[in-house]
Order: sequence, then structure tokens, then C-alpha cells
Amino acid sequence: MTCLDILLVFDSTLRLATPLILCAMAGLISERAGVVDIGLEGKLLGGAFAAAAVATITGSAWLGLLAAIGASLSLSMIHGFACITHKGEQIISGIAINILASGATVVASVALFKRGGQTPTLDRDERFSPIELPGVEAVGDVPWFGPFWRELVSGHTLPVYIALASVPLMWWLLWRTRFGLRLRAVGEMPAAVDSAGLSVTWLRYRALIIAGVLCGIAGAFLSTAHGAGFVREMSAGKGYIALAALIFGKWRPWSVLGACLLFGFLEAFANRMQGTPLPVIGEVPLEVVLILPYVATVILLAGFFGKAIPPRALGTPYRKER
Amino acid sequence: MNRLPAWVDYGLIPLMNLSLAFGVTAIVVMLVGENPLDALTVLVNGAFVYEGALGYTLYYTTSFVFTGLAVAVAFHARLFNIGGEGQAYIGGLGALMVALAVQDWAPGVLAIPLCIVGAAAFGALWAFIPGWLQAWRGSHIVITTIMFNFIASGIMVGLLSGALMRPGQSNPESFLFGESARMPQLHELLAPLGIEIGRSPLNLSIVFAVLACIGVWLLIWRTRWGYALRAMGQSEPAAQYAGVPVPRMIVTAMLISGALAGLMAINTVMGDQGKVTLNFPSGFGFTGIAVALMGRSHPVGIVFAALLFGALFQGGTELDFEFQTITREMVLLIQGLIILFSGALALMFVPWMERRFARKVAT
Repeated sequence: MTCLDILLVFDSTLRLATPLILCAMAGLISERAGVVDIGLEGKLLGGAFAAAAVATITGSAWLGLLAAIGASLSLSMIHGFACITHKGEQIISGIAINILASGATVVASVALFKRGGQTPTLDRDERFSPIELPGVEAVGDVPWFGPFWRELVSGHTLPVYIALASVPLMWWLLWRTRFGLRLRAVGEMPAAVDSAGLSVTWLRYRALIIAGVLCGIAGAFLSTAHGAGFVREMSAGKGYIALAALIFGKWRPWSVLGACLLFGFLEAFANRMQGTPLPVIGEVPLEVVLILPYVATVILLAGFFGKAIPPRALGTPYRKER
Repeated sequence: MNRLPAWVDYGLIPLMNLSLAFGVTAIVVMLVGENPLDALTVLVNGAFVYEGALGYTLYYTTSFVFTGLAVAVAFHARLFNIGGEGQAYIGGLGALMVALAVQDWAPGVLAIPLCIVGAAAFGALWAFIPGWLQAWRGSHIVITTIMFNFIASGIMVGLLSGALMRPGQSNPESFLFGESARMPQLHELLAPLGIEIGRSPLNLSIVFAVLACIGVWLLIWRTRWGYALRAMGQSEPAAQYAGVPVPRMIVTAMLISGALAGLMAINTVMGDQGKVTLNFPSGFGFTGIAVALMGRSHPVGIVFAALLFGALFQGGTELDFEFQTITREMVLLIQGLIILFSGALALMFVPWMERRFARKVAT
């Protein structure tokens, strides 16, 4: 493997990690506020479909992005309505959203486009195109830094940069603002927040709104930036990997980013190595590499390396009166 | 304390939730430009009326009974086993391994029970690890079972396209089950007795599903173990204080749950396909969640819920043929709505009902 090959693997790591990062940040804010979010997968899928469908109809990737955010937000609000307003079981609601999304996207897609659940392939100008960062020409000849800037940093689509920006933003929001402090308190001890005169319900709803927006962007990335159209089940478990990354990163933004990049790298590396035998273990099927994130998360959860402690009020609806 | 009359709690509220789910579906059907009543007619005909349709419906029902019971048993202990999908998948592997070992020498009366045990044991094994981790290492069962679904799927893809792949195949699928290791189909069994039923994959597994229902009912409501399980589900500290060995109960409950999920494989793999194919549980493990929620985790309720889903599933295939704009994914949508309304939003009507129907009960 040459140096360029390695850069290309990292480049593809970044792209594969983008939906993971966005979804994991969505899960982070929701779970920090005490609402379990198993429904990341469904929101991602719903967003992907809405983006592709609207981009096909209107010809604009931007409207597609808006639609994706709208679709994902509505699913997020269903989740909120069920488990914040009606104090329903959060895990069941999440499962419902995932199944709902996987059914509804195909139903809507068949009704709109009659292509067996796919949307038509999008043209170049109906998608987000790679953004050339300034200075690619200027530093192009500089050894090491030139290729690094050209191949790895520059030339990604907008959602990739949004994903990368979302991590420091999330950290700032949760740990440096008053809203963030209250939000985290709602996830740890809602009664305290309530007795301070703040609305637990509204705080949790706001967390779910932000989560919905982030998942929508991730969905738009899948179908209108990374891919060129919607394919049924195109989220392919990425929402669940994001959930794994969230736990693997112990509900902290920077560690979660690390986990997403690690899981993205595993996939990129496996794609690259497909068919080439590795030293000692021989040829490894792609599928076996792809289960590593799940195995790693199970081992972490079992407390064999470090301990992942979830927010204390995670999963329990808040009841004001007893 | 307010208590609702039983007919409201077990009759009216579930019915209202169910009608909401179907009401939303009807709106969706109208939105895609079809008449909901026409769709319903096709669905009912497809599920019950056409030649062999009932057999198919009952065949799917059998699978749903197994996965529904699996979820229900764990749920009585307040454990969310959402790994039924993976447990069924690995259960298929168990049946296959036993079949490959015994089918050459053992007659059917021996091979079939052994394969059933294999399916149950492998399913149980796949639930054992998450159960053990929950009981002794405190890792959350929901997350581990989700992860185990994906791990199962990865392992199975590896095996089905590798060691277990039948030579000469282009698709990843396993070696075939021998004649002696196949679950007899009912139309074959009944033909010599002079009873003609339409051809369908309905097989002897349905008898085992009925037995499983009775077994679960006895276990949960008629044994000391079941009492301890339900006590643990109501209040873990109270059960522990009363001397229930909580970690051991968690592990056993998960073992039984996983075994039931694994048994789904005897229906599809041994009863119909005769081989293990890629992703053969095809979401039935998840449907088990909807079945258990609708059936209120009681075997009788589960049978009815499984029948409803069996009919939806078989009728959904018919919808696919009859309408251009309706596909079988419509059934997935209904399933999601049912989980939403009778699971997550189950409490929506309760305060309203309490105001109308509740009787004061002394506490």
C-alpha cells in the first residue's frame, strides 16, 4: 500500500463515518436528555428517502435536505409524543419508528415513482457536489501536506463538513451553555430541574428536535451526496452502528467522534482489503470485519475495558406527581 | 387506586389502539390512490379465501407464535429481548448442524426431534450471552441483543457463503436438509387419511407452536418459577428481598426466550425451505415484538395477534399482485403503527378511560 492508498482509505473513512457522526450526535443529545433513541435508524432512512424524493421532484438538493430534516423531525416528534407526552416505553417507540420508516419509505416510493421502492437516479446538479477548499492549487506541490489537503481535507460534500462541525458544536452546546447544563440535568435528575421551575417536557422536546435535524442531514447525505438516489433499506444498520458508537464513546462528543471514525475506518479498510489476503489470518470476508463494531460494543458494555455509564434518568419517563 | 374493568382494559383499549393503527393505514392507502375497502377485501381473500391461502396464513402464524412467545417470556421479567431475529437465525444454524450430523443414519422420528432440540439450543445459546451479560455484568439487554442480531447476521453470511455453502450455488445458501430431517407438511400428512387440503408450507410445526403456547402458559402462571419471574418483573428489589435469585432468573428467562425464538427456524427452515437461506427470519423476530405487545404477553392473546399478523402477511402478498401502488411493505407500515399505538402509546387512552369507567378500589 502506498502513501496515497492510505490517504484514500482515510478519505473514505471520513465519508463512511459522516452518517455515523451525525446520528451519534443526535443520539447523544437525546440520550443526554434522558430519552433513549433506538429510532436513529428509522430517522436516517426516512430522511434519506425524503431527500431523494424531493430532490428528484424539484431538482434541488437543498430542498431535498429540507425535506429530509422535515421527515426525520416528524419521526422524532412521534417519538416525543409517545414517550415524553404519553410516557410510553421509549424502546418500543424507537422500534416502532424504525419499522414504520422501513415500511413507509417503500410504500411512498412505490406510490410516487413506481420503481419497486427506488427513486430515479439523481443528476449531478440534483446532488450535493464535492466542495473544493481554497488553496488546493497553491499547496498541491508541497510534499505530504499537499496530498493530505487535496485528498483528505478538501473535496468532500457539505454534509461531511457539517458532521465534523457538529461535534465541537455539540460539545459547546452541552458543556458551555446554560441550555446544555439544564439538558444534561434533565438526563440525570429531572426532578431537580423541575423543582428549579423549568419544564422537563420542553427541554426533552428540544433535545429531540435537534436530534431530528441531525438525523435528517445524515439521511440527505446518504441519498443525495454519498449516493445518487434512494434504495430500500439504504440505511443498512448505520443508525444502529451510530448507537453502538454512542455507547462506545461513553456519551461524550469527542470520544463518540473517535468511535465513529474507528467504525468508519473498519469499513473503509475492509472495503479496500476485499479479496486480498491478510498476513497470518488469510482472507477475511467483508461481513466478518463489519461485525467488529458490534462485538467491540458488547465487550465494552460488559465492562471488560472501561465502564460505560449512561445518563442516570435514561429511559425513564418523568412523572411530575405521584 | 383506580382500576379499570377488565373489559375496558383487555377489550376496549386494545381495540381502540388497533383501530387507530388501521385507520392511519386506511388514510395511507387513500393517499397512494386506492380504495381502502378494496384493499381490505383483497387482503381478506388473500389470507383466508383463496385455495391454500389459509394454509399459508397459518404457516406464517406459526412463526409469529414462536417469536411472539419469545418476546413475551422475557417481557414478563421486564427484559426486552429484541434479539429474536438473531436467535431465530442462529436457531436455523442449530437445526442444520444437527441435521447434517444425523440425517444419514437416523429415521425421521429421531432426526426431527433432534433437529428441534438443535434449533432451540442454538437459539437459547444466542440469548444466553446477552442474558448473562445483563445479569452479571450489568450491560443493557436491549443494546446487547441489537448488537447480537448484527453479529448473527455477519456470522451467518460468512458461513453461508463459506463453509456451509452448498457447492454449485451462486447464492449463499446451505446444504439441503435430508428427507428424514424435514418437518412433514400437513397436506402430505393428511392426504393418506383421505383429507384433501390445498398445498401450502403449513407443517407439523404448528402442533409444536400450540404445545409451546400451553407450555408457556403453564410455566408463567402455574409454576413457582413463573411466579418468581412475574414478581421480578413487577419489582426486582421486592423479588430479591423475597429470595428470588435475580441474576439466575434473568439468565434462565433469556434461555427460554431464545429457545422459543430459535424454534421459529423449525417452521421455515425444516418445514418449508429445506435449507438455510440468507436472512431467512426476514424480520419475523421483530414482528414478534408487535405480536407480544398486542397479545399482552399472554399465550391466548399471542395466538390471536399472531393470526392477525399471519393474515396480514399472507394477504399482503396478494396486495402486491392486485395493486400497482400497494406493495407488501404496506404490512410493515401496519406493523410499525401497531407497535406504536398498542405499545408506545398504549397509555394514551388510559387517563380518559379512567375518568369514565374506573371504579375506586381500596388499597
